[in-house]
Amino acid sequence: MIEAKSLCKSYGGFKAVDDLSFTVEAGQVLGFLGPNGAGKSTTMKMLTGFLAPTSGTALVNDIDVVEQSVAARRNIGYLPEGAPSYGEMTVLQFLTFIAHARAIAKSEVPESVENAIRKLNLTGVKHQPIETLSKGFKRRVGLAQAIIHDPQILILDEPTDGLDPNQKREVRGLIRAMAKDKIIIISTHILEEVEAVCNRVMIIAEGRLLADDSPQGLIKRSRYHNAVSLVVEAPEKVASSLSELPQVAKAELREGELTLFPTADEGLFEAVTAAIGENHWQVSALRLEAGRLDEVFHSITRKEASA
Amino acid sequence: MSAISNVMRRELTGYFATPVAYVFLIIFLVMTGIFAFYLGNFYERGFADLNPFFRFHPWLYLFLVPAISMRLWAEERRSGTIELLLTLPLTTMQAVLGKFLAAWLFIGLALVLTLPMWLTVNYLGSPDNGVILAAYLGSWLMAGGFLAIGSCMSALTRNQVVAFILSIVVCFLFLLSGLPMVMNLFIGWAPQIVLDGIASLSFLKHFADISKGVIDLRDLVYFTLVIGFWLLANVLILDIKKAD
Ligand SMILES: Nc1ncnc2c1ncn2[C@@H]1O[C@H](COP(=O)(O)OP(=O)(O)OP(=O)(O)O)[C@@H](O)[C@H]1O
Ligand SMILES: [Mg+2]
Repeated sequence: MIEAKSLCKSYGGFKAVDDLSFTVEAGQVLGFLGPNGAGKSTTMKMLTGFLAPTSGTALVNDIDVVEQSVAARRNIGYLPEGAPSYGEMTVLQFLTFIAHARAIAKSEVPESVENAIRKLNLTGVKHQPIETLSKGFKRRVGLAQAIIHDPQILILDEPTDGLDPNQKREVRGLIRAMAKDKIIIISTHILEEVEAVCNRVMIIAEGRLLADDSPQGLIKRSRYHNAVSLVVEAPEKVASSLSELPQVAKAELREGELTLFPTADEGLFEAVTAAIGENHWQVSALRLEAGRLDEVFHSITRKEASA
Repeated sequence: MSAISNVMRRELTGYFATPVAYVFLIIFLVMTGIFAFYLGNFYERGFADLNPFFRFHPWLYLFLVPAISMRLWAEERRSGTIELLLTLPLTTMQAVLGKFLAAWLFIGLALVLTLPMWLTVNYLGSPDNGVILAAYLGSWLMAGGFLAIGSCMSALTRNQVVAFILSIVVCFLFLLSGLPMVMNLFIGWAPQIVLDGIASLSFLKHFADISKGVIDLRDLVYFTLVIGFWLLANVLILDIKKAD
């Protein structure tokens, strides 16, 4: 379990993280979302014992990250932002160094290293100096390094940044496969990644926690949640006609697509399909919206910026 | 494997994975040779000892040791690996010691490679090998002192050039602190105890003792203290200023 207690971090007078408290339980995959400079990486640096909080602290499996930093770090695997590694070493040398540093028993080091190499598809480059690898491969070396000791807690700062679509999918699969009984915290700017791997999301902006919810819960906050979008001939006419329905709060026409937002009344979709049938409108696309995470993200973080 | 030796081995692998190590070793050997033979009149003196060879070591170290130490922490900061290293389950002290020992062993290796010099004097005459051994030990200890200063300076910045210059300046002060040109600045106004204090800080004075073959406990303690002090400062600097 991770317990962050009023974490604060100031750089000079500037508050990068401002009174952040939360707990994360085993089995949770928590995504940190937030604009650039929100304080996501800074929070991770404090959880992993790299930076001392200006005030507040965090417990990692009941071990204080400030007072017993080294003991706390044993529980954690960490991919720092930008996936730094020693470029002059080969992948194999580097991972062997990390395995020893992670106090893996000497006899089990080669096996752990091979395992990590296999999981991240690094077999073909394992004898290559890291500095000669492409960006995506470097990121995968960073990930291999983080999981090599099968830690109970994984903290990954932008794990899929720079990966190609296939690798992204594979890394997400890897994260999901490890998620059981573990705590995984990732930060990302890719909203679909949050939906794909996280079961909890924290939106952070200007160092403060603005929302803490499941991805589904966040999506429900979208004004698009349960809205109906359709592409139809003569949309203006259709829009004014549909606006009469009691289930329609508002109709918006954008780039040829008509979106109808629901009122508190249920059954918008049914009402719209019925109206289409009655009036014989020529509809080429029709869908029920689940909600849009980018719009929720925008409205939550914008509100803060203008406040 | 202990955390310190793991870090140390990683560093050493790093040295030899790049040309830095070989360039350094070659320059070190060429320079010691030049100093001993040309400036020190190794042959013409007619004595079978290595005095001219050791006499220039402090001056050689003044530039060569900072060249080794400048990357120790500045490079970790620049590349961001400091965040990786210091979130592994090891203390900052273990990381500092591991890196320091690697660099110190490396300089030790450079010294070992000058052994042909020793063989030569033994071939030409019959030197006091005890004195020479003591001088080697003293030289290596002094290199440790320079290195500890350099490591600490390197932790202050992410820029290797800045680390290099800072190290040279501080090492220079330590080197010269016993010479008349520095002491004259203080004589006349500073109390005797301060004068003694400053004079006793000098690398040159302590090295001179050892290189004469006198291994005085005080000189050993002196270099050990210098190394300990600067490495502790190194740890403190890292702990206070980890980011950027
Ligand atoms: N060493 C430092 N000195 C001064 N300010 C810093 C330092 N490190 C970070 N900051 C500031 O703290 C704030 C939070 O930075 P942080 O790296 O945590 O953001 P982030 O949420 O990870 O952003 P991104 O999405 O761009 O990675 C930023 O405004 C940044 O400029
Ligand atoms: Mg970040």
